Amino acid sequence: MRRRSFVVMAGAAAMLPLGARAKPEEVEALVRAITGGVPARPGRVKLDVPELVENGNTVGLTVSLGEDVPKDAVLTDIHVFADGNPRPGVVHFRFGKLAGVPKVATRVRLATSQTVTAVAVFADGSCWTDQVGVLVTWSACLD
Amino acid sequence: MAVKPLLSVPREVKAGVPFEVRILIQHPMETGFRRDAVGGVIARDIIHTFECSVDGEEVFAARLEPAIAAKPYLAFSARLERSGTMLLRWVDDHGVEAQERVDIRVV
Repeated sequence: MRRRSFVVMAGAAAMLPLGARAKPEEVEALVRAITGGVPARPGRVKLDVPELVENGNTVGLTVSLGEDVPKDAVLTDIHVFADGNPRPGVVHFRFGKLAGVPKVATRVRLATSQTVTAVAVFADGSCWTDQVGVLVTWSACLD
Repeated sequence: MAVKPLLSVPREVKAGVPFEVRILIQHPMETGFRRDAVGGVIARDIIHTFECSVDGEEVFAARLEPAIAAKPYLAFSARLERSGTMLLRWVDDHGVEAQERVDIRVV
């Protein structure tokens, strides 16, 4: 009996995620830290991530620039955040002198249904954003 | 990481024409949020830094978080005017550093 209750407790502990989930305010604070307090404007950057995800353990994610980007604008950074993961930061891309087409694809984990945010930073200091709400039916991180 | 990554880089490119670089690295990207069967935390082990340059000039770099899926995949673009050696380099939480070099000829 004692052994069984230990096994049950250990199993329950194994399924508990560590710590709390990130909050939308945390993502807002991180975005403000990038923009220098100004809200990032919607536009110029395009975030491609499926709106309905079956398996949150591996979700294809692509960031690129839209057609509304002026020809002389130089992209320097793209940040990606997820407000429902244990930590809000997902990835930070930096584009160097020899960067080609401003487009990056990767695969991410999404712990639960949440909003994914991309912030693009240009050489003139302007920041642009795109957001996608994602519905996750099978969460990552809990395995 | 003894296992070689899957790497796709053209060996010949046209001057000033963007080309795609794709890499798939064999790495568990352990998040540090999971617990083992007895409730102990499984230590975080992720590739946190990835860099790509050609003859010392930066192409692309990424700072990865635990939210990047296991076997990390990155596809990005480069544009060269001169032939050179592309260096792809990454480091994980154990300090294990790996790199790949590819000679690219501009024609």
